[in-house]
Amino acid sequence: MSILDKFEQLRHTFERVGSGGHNPFSVAFDRIDSATEGVVDGRRVILLGTNNYLGLTFDAHGIEESVRAVQTQGTGTTGSRVANGSYAGHRQLEHDLAAFFGRRHGMVFSTGYQANLGMLSTVVGRGDHLILDSDSHASIYDGARLGHAEVIRFRHSDPEDLYKRLRRLQGTPGSKLVVVEGIYSMLGDVAPLREIAAVKREMGAYLMVDEAHSMGVLGEHGRGLAEAAGVEADVDFIVGTFSKSLGSVGGFCVSDIEGFDILRVASRPYMFTASLPPAVIASTRSALQRLAEDKALRTRLNDNAHRLHGGLQRLGLHVGPHVSPVVSVELEDVEVAVRCWNALLDGGIYLNLALPPATPTSRPLLRASVSAAHSPQQIDAAIEQFARVTRELGALPAEAPQIDFAPAHASAG
Amino acid sequence: MKQISEIREQIISGLAQARPDAPDINGSTRIVQDLELDSVAVMDFILSVEDRFDISIPLDRVADIVTVDDLARVVEGLCNAERA
Ligand SMILES: Cc1ncc(COP(=O)(O)O)c(C=O)c1O
Repeated sequence: MSILDKFEQLRHTFERVGSGGHNPFSVAFDRIDSATEGVVDGRRVILLGTNNYLGLTFDAHGIEESVRAVQTQGTGTTGSRVANGSYAGHRQLEHDLAAFFGRRHGMVFSTGYQANLGMLSTVVGRGDHLILDSDSHASIYDGARLGHAEVIRFRHSDPEDLYKRLRRLQGTPGSKLVVVEGIYSMLGDVAPLREIAAVKREMGAYLMVDEAHSMGVLGEHGRGLAEAAGVEADVDFIVGTFSKSLGSVGGFCVSDIEGFDILRVASRPYMFTASLPPAVIASTRSALQRLAEDKALRTRLNDNAHRLHGGLQRLGLHVGPHVSPVVSVELEDVEVAVRCWNALLDGGIYLNLALPPATPTSRPLLRASVSAAHSPQQIDAAIEQFARVTRELGALPAEAPQIDFAPAHASAG
Repeated sequence: MKQISEIREQIISGLAQARPDAPDINGSTRIVQDLELDSVAVMDFILSVEDRFDISIPLDRVADIVTVDDLARVVEGLCNAERA
C-alpha cells in the first residue's frame, strides 16, 4: 500500500502512451535555438507546439531590457506585493496594460492560471453565481472551485443555452458572472462573443473574457476577441496571460469597474504568492509595446494560420471549425494518434498531443500552433510531414471531411 | 410536485438512449463506473437532464452524484425548490 496507489490507473495510461517511443507528456528539449526551432533527443525540430504566437521569446529589445533589469534590480522580489512591496515595474506594467486595453484598472498576477484563480475565487462569493462555458480551461474551473459562488455550466459557445440558464436564475439574488474564452486552446475555435454579450446585456449579468489565446491575435489593435467582435463595452473583466503572445510568464486582469483595487487585499492568489521578478516584468513590457506597435506581426501570424489550416484541410484531415493560430487535427484512435505524434517528431515536427478526457470531443487531437516567426517554408514542411505520416499510418479519415466555413464573427483578423 | 419515481424513470430512459447496449439500468446503477461513460458523455448527459427538467445542477452537486438515484434526488430537489 502506498499513498500514491490511487494513481495506478493514471500511471498505467501514462506509461502506455510513452511505450511507442517518446512520451508526449514528458518531452525534454536539449536546446531551444529560436522561437521556431529546437533540438529534441539530438534531432532538430520545428517548434509547432508552443503558444509563442508573435514569436517574441527571442525579441532583441525584450532580451536587452530583461538583462538590464536583472542587472540593476536583481533576480527576484522574494515576496508578495502586499506583504513585501511592489517594484516600480509592477505598477508600470499594470498601467501599460490598462492603457493598452483602454481600461481604468489593471492588476498583474504571477501566472495566467493564478489570474483566473484570483479573479474567479474573489469577484463572486457566497450567494453569487458563476456561469461557465463547459469547455473552460482548467484554471477557470479551479478558480470556480476555490471560491464560494454557485457554479453552473452552459453548452460550449451556445448563447441560447446561456440565455436559458440565466433565465432560470432570474429572481434569484446574487451577482451573476458569465465566463468565456476568446479562442479555445484545444480546437482553436472562437467564441460567439457578440451574441454572448447580447445575452449578458439583456439578462443583467457580468461578463469576463479570458483572452489568453486571443490577445495579440485578434482585433485591429490586438486587444483580442472583445475588440474583434466590437463588444468591449460589454466585457466587465478581461483576463489574460503573458505566457503566450507576450513570450514571458504572468497573468493579468483589466477592468473599468468601480473600486477594483480592493481586490488587491481580497484575492488570495494575488496576495499569498511572490510577485513577478524584474526581468520578467521588463520583457513583458517590451513585448506589449511591440505587440501594440507592430501590426505586421499579426498579419504574418494570420497568414501562417491560414496556410497551415488550409494545407491540412486539403489533405483531408479534420481540422477545427475556425481558422486561428491553434490548428488541431482530430483523429479517431488514440493509438494511431500517439504513433502519428511520434512519427511527426522523428520527421522534425514538434507539436502537442491531447488525449481524451482532456479533449472537447472524446477524440485525440494533434494540436499544432503557428507563430508569426514561422517562415512559409516551415509551415509547408509541417504540412508535408503531416501528409506523409498520416498516409503511412492510415490516419486519414475514411469519409470526406466536413468543411465548415467560419461564421462572420469568427474571423481571425 | 414532481414525483421522484417519475424523475428516475426519465433518467433511466435517457441513459438507455446514451448506452443502448447497457444491461438493465436501475436506481442503484452507478452512472460512470457501471455504464462506462467517459467524462464528455457524462457532461452531455447531465446537460440533457438539465434541459429535460429545466434546471441547472450546480457543479459541486454534480460531483456528489454516483448512482441514478443520487441524480434523481438532486433533480427532484431542484425541480421542487424552483416551483415551490
Ligand atoms: C484559456 C487559458 N487561460 C489561462 C491559462 C493559463 O495561463 P498561464 O500559462 O499563464 O498560467 C491558459 C494556458 O495555460 C489558457 O489556455
